[in-house]
Amino acid sequence: MTSDEYVIEAERLRRTYAGGFEAVTGISFSVARGEIFALLGTNGAGKTSTVELLEGLAAPDEGRVRVLGHDPRRERAALRPRMGVMLQEGGFPSDLTVAETTRMWAGCTSGARPTGEALKLVGLAERSGVRVKQLSGGERRRLDLALALLGRPEVLFLDEPTTGLDAEGRRDTWELVRALRDCGTTVLLTTHYLEEAESLADRLAIMHRGRIVTTGTPAEVTAARPARIRFVLPKGVAAGRLPLSLRAAAAGRRIEIRTHHLQQSLGELLLWAKESDVRLEELDARSASLEEAFLDIAQTQTAGV
Amino acid sequence: MTATAGRLTALGRAELTLLLRNRTALCVALLLPGAMVVAMKSSLDQIDPDNSGMSAAEAAMTGAIGMVLILVVHLNLVSAYVARREELVLKRLRTGEVRDSEILVGTALPAAGLALAQCVLLVVAGVAVLHLRVPERPELLVLGVVLGMVLLSALAAVTSAVTQTVENAQITTMPMFVISMAGSGLFVPLEVMPERIASVCELLPLTGVMTLVRAGWLGGADSGDLLGAALTTLAWTAISVFAVRRWFRWEPRR
Repeated sequence: MTSDEYVIEAERLRRTYAGGFEAVTGISFSVARGEIFALLGTNGAGKTSTVELLEGLAAPDEGRVRVLGHDPRRERAALRPRMGVMLQEGGFPSDLTVAETTRMWAGCTSGARPTGEALKLVGLAERSGVRVKQLSGGERRRLDLALALLGRPEVLFLDEPTTGLDAEGRRDTWELVRALRDCGTTVLLTTHYLEEAESLADRLAIMHRGRIVTTGTPAEVTAARPARIRFVLPKGVAAGRLPLSLRAAAAGRRIEIRTHHLQQSLGELLLWAKESDVRLEELDARSASLEEAFLDIAQTQTAGV
Repeated sequence: MTATAGRLTALGRAELTLLLRNRTALCVALLLPGAMVVAMKSSLDQIDPDNSGMSAAEAAMTGAIGMVLILVVHLNLVSAYVARREELVLKRLRTGEVRDSEILVGTALPAAGLALAQCVLLVVAGVAVLHLRVPERPELLVLGVVLGMVLLSALAAVTSAVTQTVENAQITTMPMFVISMAGSGLFVPLEVMPERIASVCELLPLTGVMTLVRAGWLGGADSGDLLGAALTTLAWTAISVFAVRRWFRWEPRR
């Protein structure tokens, strides 16, 4: 396996904080060139702790990281000109303007884009005279992205790039990230927005409590999950009357059925309802989405502990 | 090398803009040294000039150079390093191409430049207004000021590691301020102290710098004293640089 195939390689990474809290518990994954890879997880799942290891901001207690074939900590100087980083928050003096901040960053970046071009990419050109402290949260994220793009990086690390952005700003960022990927940039991003991972990522890993619980393309991750049927039984109809083959779970009159064969199970249910002359209220049937998969994982993992 | 120069220029320029926009820091840097000179002068007027070999004006003006180094370089830079750390600016910079040492030096450049300008101003004012002599050995004066700036910048970086917030900088910079004022000859020339105390005070961080500055401006120190002063200062600088590498904090405590 050469660095031409995999731009980011993480092997059995482990990171423990001073208090003994194990934020990353031995995870492995790799990201191919020109791929958008998403680390998806709730707050505290260990996404940022992982990304900081990849960026070389922290050293893993165990395991090995390679980015473009380099150790991001010991070979920082060789790697930095080829990577762009957007931290989870902030990192700009609040009393500088957007233009001054961009100029400072450009002065520290080899082969930097013209500052105007970078700000235009993220739609901040008309805000260049505004102080950073007067920017909205979404505008700050966009400034951060502009600086990450200044050096035309081969690898881009984006830690929650769209947090605080409105729907339109989020879509603009997605467009930009896709365009960068189409030009060959490798992107690793973290997010707790499921739709972001679903629509943007070529592959993703769901993190929970410092571990990667599942990984694959969005379609692969959802395909492994059961579909769900929900409805409410009318008063006087006991859940016990439902066909046993449906494996229904009842909470009072509310029924939930999980199935890997949605069409078949639904057909069986509807046939039973017609024959028994039962009206199913609030009937709802859906294939597994990433959201289902995600909630399912979070629930089972929590219950398992 | 040119890349380093370019990065230092970019960082220094941004930091200068921030300094000029920070009214408190600017007041401390511009007004306090002047006020302290007046205070020092009246204190030094009480001391018999024959004992120290300096007139009150000479002692005050050379002491003022030390004062500028402490207030403009040390106090100012502790606040700057802490502010940049707490705003996550240092962490963000480390994701880019800038080296760690360049971040620290670039941040220190405007304060050092401002201190240098004030030192020049003090010498010009001393000669033109107070009729002090023209510096006897300017190269020693320059050496003292430059070593002082390097040492106090490094000490500022060390101090920032134990400073949680910008407001706390006023407290954490006090020890250095008081020790230097009392023990490094800013208010009280070492010559008027009892010998045993004076020999301890000679080992304080800023005493060597003050010896070089006074010898540079007023002349009259023997080469043994000068060598000792330079070595003490270099030793303190080496210790401080080691401490920065070991303990400097690039991120807020989580």
